[in-house]
Amino acid sequence: MRAGEARLQTDSNEAIQTTDRRPMTITLYIPCFIDLIYPQVGIAMVRILEKLGHRVECPESPACCGQPAFNTGYWDESRATAVKVLQQLKDAEVVVIASGSCGAMIKVFYPDLFAGTPQEGLARQVSAKCFEFSQFLVDKLGVTDLGARFPHKVTYHDGCHSLREMHIHAAPRQLMARVHGLELVEMKQTVCCGFGGTFSAKFPMISTAMGEVKCELALETGAEYIVSSDSSCLMHIQGLIDRRRQPLKTIHLAEILAPA
Amino acid sequence: MSASASQFKRDAVRLTADLRHRSLIQTALGNYEVKRDEKKALFQDYDGARQLAAEIKWEAINRLDRHLDQFVRGLEARGTKVHWATTARQACDIIVGIARSKSARSIVKSKAMTAEEIHLNRALEQAGFEVVESDLGEFIVQLRDEPPYHIVFPAMHLTRGEIQRTFKDKLHDAPSDNPEALTLVARRVLRQKYIHADIGLTGANFAVAETGMISVTENEGNARLTAALPKTMITLLGIEKIVPRLDDLALLLPMLATVGAGQLISGYNTLYGGPRQPGETDGPEEFHVVLLDNNRTALLANAEQRDALHCIRCGSCLNVCPIYRHVGGHTYATTYPGPIGGVITPNLRGLQDWKHLSYSSSLCGACTEACPVKIDLAHHLLQNRRNASRRKPSWWQKIAFKLFAPVANGRIPWMLVTKGGRFGQRFHGLIRGTPIDPAYCWTRTRDVPRIAKQSFKEWWRETRK
Repeated sequence: MRAGEARLQTDSNEAIQTTDRRPMTITLYIPCFIDLIYPQVGIAMVRILEKLGHRVECPESPACCGQPAFNTGYWDESRATAVKVLQQLKDAEVVVIASGSCGAMIKVFYPDLFAGTPQEGLARQVSAKCFEFSQFLVDKLGVTDLGARFPHKVTYHDGCHSLREMHIHAAPRQLMARVHGLELVEMKQTVCCGFGGTFSAKFPMISTAMGEVKCELALETGAEYIVSSDSSCLMHIQGLIDRRRQPLKTIHLAEILAPA
Repeated sequence: MSASASQFKRDAVRLTADLRHRSLIQTALGNYEVKRDEKKALFQDYDGARQLAAEIKWEAINRLDRHLDQFVRGLEARGTKVHWATTARQACDIIVGIARSKSARSIVKSKAMTAEEIHLNRALEQAGFEVVESDLGEFIVQLRDEPPYHIVFPAMHLTRGEIQRTFKDKLHDAPSDNPEALTLVARRVLRQKYIHADIGLTGANFAVAETGMISVTENEGNARLTAALPKTMITLLGIEKIVPRLDDLALLLPMLATVGAGQLISGYNTLYGGPRQPGETDGPEEFHVVLLDNNRTALLANAEQRDALHCIRCGSCLNVCPIYRHVGGHTYATTYPGPIGGVITPNLRGLQDWKHLSYSSSLCGACTEACPVKIDLAHHLLQNRRNASRRKPSWWQKIAFKLFAPVANGRIPWMLVTKGGRFGQRFHGLIRGTPIDPAYCWTRTRDVPRIAKQSFKEWWRETRK
């Protein structure tokens, strides 16, 4: 694997010179549901980043990004939760967030959430040094080839927050393009999986119907796996697949890229 | 929960389970997307065009007072009578008043969502006037006594078989389910109505400040007949329809056709500047323009969400919205459904009664991406949620979120959640997916993920010490 692989096309349109090759200390932000349900995703990220020669730090104490309260409209309560994240990340050199959705919360919504409060400046400062995992590898490190092998036909689900708040589209595809044996078949529509956090509990039937359409689109591609950078979407999709016993599996991109 | 919220939930449950409805709407809007993308690709620089469209509407709305004044002066100079209506009631009264003063009996109407917004047909019918919708889709839903399903495609939820049955029941004339044959039936009925109508009523797509003109876009020619044949013409429009210059239409008309219907340009685009002028051979003798506020000025005063007034009612946010695609237009039970409805309805009709429309979104942002005038729709839904819970919090959610912070952020409470969750999950199988399951809203249709034997933080502590 070569560090600083040239990029074909990037999401950020930054010049290649921005690519950072020096070893750095990366603070990995692990969202609560990754900690509890998908630890393997976080572990895979640690292994990848360390293999690339960086030092990984992870705050031991739990801290939720505050998105459930924020999306429900309880911004005061959301701030009470989120302020701990700011404290944890304020001294970090650079932050990798192990979820596109929590990534959007910290990077895009914190400046709104903290606007007009004493933490506004800090929120902006933290926002500026946060990256979603695939975005970090491709746009910040300039890495696309991790020497991974995954001999399967897959389709990719763009988490809506990754795609439309973080504007990540090319990065995960560039990473997958360099995985040996991996065949990517795109779904014919880019559409939400229906999870939407508390939306899935407030409007379970709409959420389920949306998920069913997502699964149908994925099945049409003939893929074995749905890959994504958002474990929360995958949790929803996997829940539907299991209930309906459909021939599909879900996997996070980091699990594919991790060294064996 | 408000009555409208309960009804929304009930109807949403029914329609999301209706697979016939799902496939009908998914197919129709899937086809729309293909056509829209074909036409978008014909723009040399679509993103640039979209930015310019947003700037035009920004300019129009941010100087709305001056633009409206200029618009009205232009219209009045050519003999148009302009009326201002603060409320829906006032707008109805003005229009009923005009109809009475003309001793009208029959009113023919082209498509106008603003008329739906103020329930104009009901007001006119109650006052004893006959109202005939002349847009084919509107004509069909009027026969069925239904509101429009979509702001651009009012009858998109109906199959041709259903339309044939409707024609058979109501018009006693439906030779086949062939769309052309059905259109000819509608045309025969409508042509008679145009000739006998005393008043023609239209909406507007744009109001040109520079020249004092109304711009109407359509595909059937029905709006032209509505405007040209009756002696009196009335145009009802919201004050936000303003564009500063005539030139702006050169962009906005193709933009509207592209994102609204996947067309390069709509079939008929007409400008109306006033009643028949001396020396002109046709046109109405009298022209009335009714400008409607109906809480738009409240939205104008709201700097955070003012851009919601940029909306050109193209319907593209409805078309791409996965929620709209599942619950359908009628479930929203208000004039403007979908994402734009979720943004403006709580502002126009009452936040607490309509906030469920802001909550019934996964916040996927497809609407924001689709909007040709760059309204920040998904984020406005979040702001409505914030405003609603700030003004009238639900006590149990407030407590839940207050407790959430110390639990999710505390070392010991989080450890208890982790360990307790693992223990509890052993017994969850006994009640999983049944109504006594506390996670029923999830487990009714979805399996639950298992809590890992070793959490990430446990792994981290173990390996990094």
